[in-house]
Amino acid sequence: MKKYIALFTNGLLKENPLLTLMIGLCSSLAVTTAVSNGIGMGLAMTFVLLMSEILISLFRKIIPDSIRIPVFIIIIATFTTIVDLMMKAYTPELSRSMGVFIPLIVVNCIIMGRVEAFASKNRVGEAVADALGMGLGYTWVLVGISIVRELLGAGTLLNIRIIPEAYTIGFFAKAPGGFFVFALFISINLAVNRMTAAGKGGAK
Amino acid sequence: MSDLAEIFIKALLIDNVVLMRFLALCPFIGMSTDIKKSVGMGGAVTFVTVLATAVTWPLFKFVLVPFHLEFLQILTFILVIASLVQLVEFYLKKSAPALYSSMGVYLALITTNCAILAVTFDSISNDYTFIQSLVYAVGVAVGFMLSMLLLAGIRERIKIAKIPAFLKGTPILFMSAALLSMAFGGFAGLIK
Repeated sequence: MKKYIALFTNGLLKENPLLTLMIGLCSSLAVTTAVSNGIGMGLAMTFVLLMSEILISLFRKIIPDSIRIPVFIIIIATFTTIVDLMMKAYTPELSRSMGVFIPLIVVNCIIMGRVEAFASKNRVGEAVADALGMGLGYTWVLVGISIVRELLGAGTLLNIRIIPEAYTIGFFAKAPGGFFVFALFISINLAVNRMTAAGKGGAK
Repeated sequence: MSDLAEIFIKALLIDNVVLMRFLALCPFIGMSTDIKKSVGMGGAVTFVTVLATAVTWPLFKFVLVPFHLEFLQILTFILVIASLVQLVEFYLKKSAPALYSSMGVYLALITTNCAILAVTFDSISNDYTFIQSLVYAVGVAVGFMLSMLLLAGIRERIKIAKIPAFLKGTPILFMSAALLSMAFGGFAGLIK
């Protein structure tokens, strides 16, 4: 049990795919203009990651090594198609506002990276813990960025007005704001890492 | 003719693929360490993007649409791109070793470059004609190379500049990208 918790928290903080590993960045900046988009994208991504990791770790001994990459791509593309069609059917609004970024889950390096580095070498239970950790690690950063951007850029949170329209800062809703907020997130994460490392060093 | 120029300028500057649409950020940050690498990556991306568009557009219009298989778009497009990259790699290795040695390392990374898949999807969803899609693909790819060259140039300066401690490392790259992106925002009025 302890092992699974360690795997799970690993993705949440220590090896957070966005803040530490710096993979799968594209979607994270483009969709985070609104919190609802951030949540939707995070959950879609977690679903694809979880299902692909389960399936691939189940079949890891059957998939021939030399053609594993194409097989992985087909599996990931299948689940991405499922998510894309489901979102088009049940949340058409959300699907429209995220546009091309749902199909782009297929080429998200996080999924390919975890499947290749983890799911193809580990048992199903471990793969599930890893997928949930990585997926939720991705989701919370997405939600964090989108809270800052929606609050400052549009003055709302989940479409509920918090800051009067006259006081919003359009910069955060636009492309430069995405880069800016993300830069701050990474630098905070680095600072926290430095502090915890210094704390451990001091305890010695 | 003017609509082609408009599509090109729009893809190159106004909707710059990296700075305005956040696509292909991984190679943008990872490969822009020096100008030579940026040019190599940019060249390889341009080549594959145009080729991928030239294959996926007819495939969608003449195979998927007539057979009502539009829902297989994601699956077919990514497979086409992945196998195309492989073929190009084999071909270059065999017949143009000099070009391969300068471009080869980047080719493997290109399959997961989201700009390419996005271009093939955009050409379909924007209802571009075949020629328009090709022009769009070139515009996006050159825009990618342009933004990478800009960041590579800035990185050379960052090396010798004094940077606040909390921005050292990757954060300063994203800050530079934010400033570049603001500058590109100025192109927005170029086409009415």
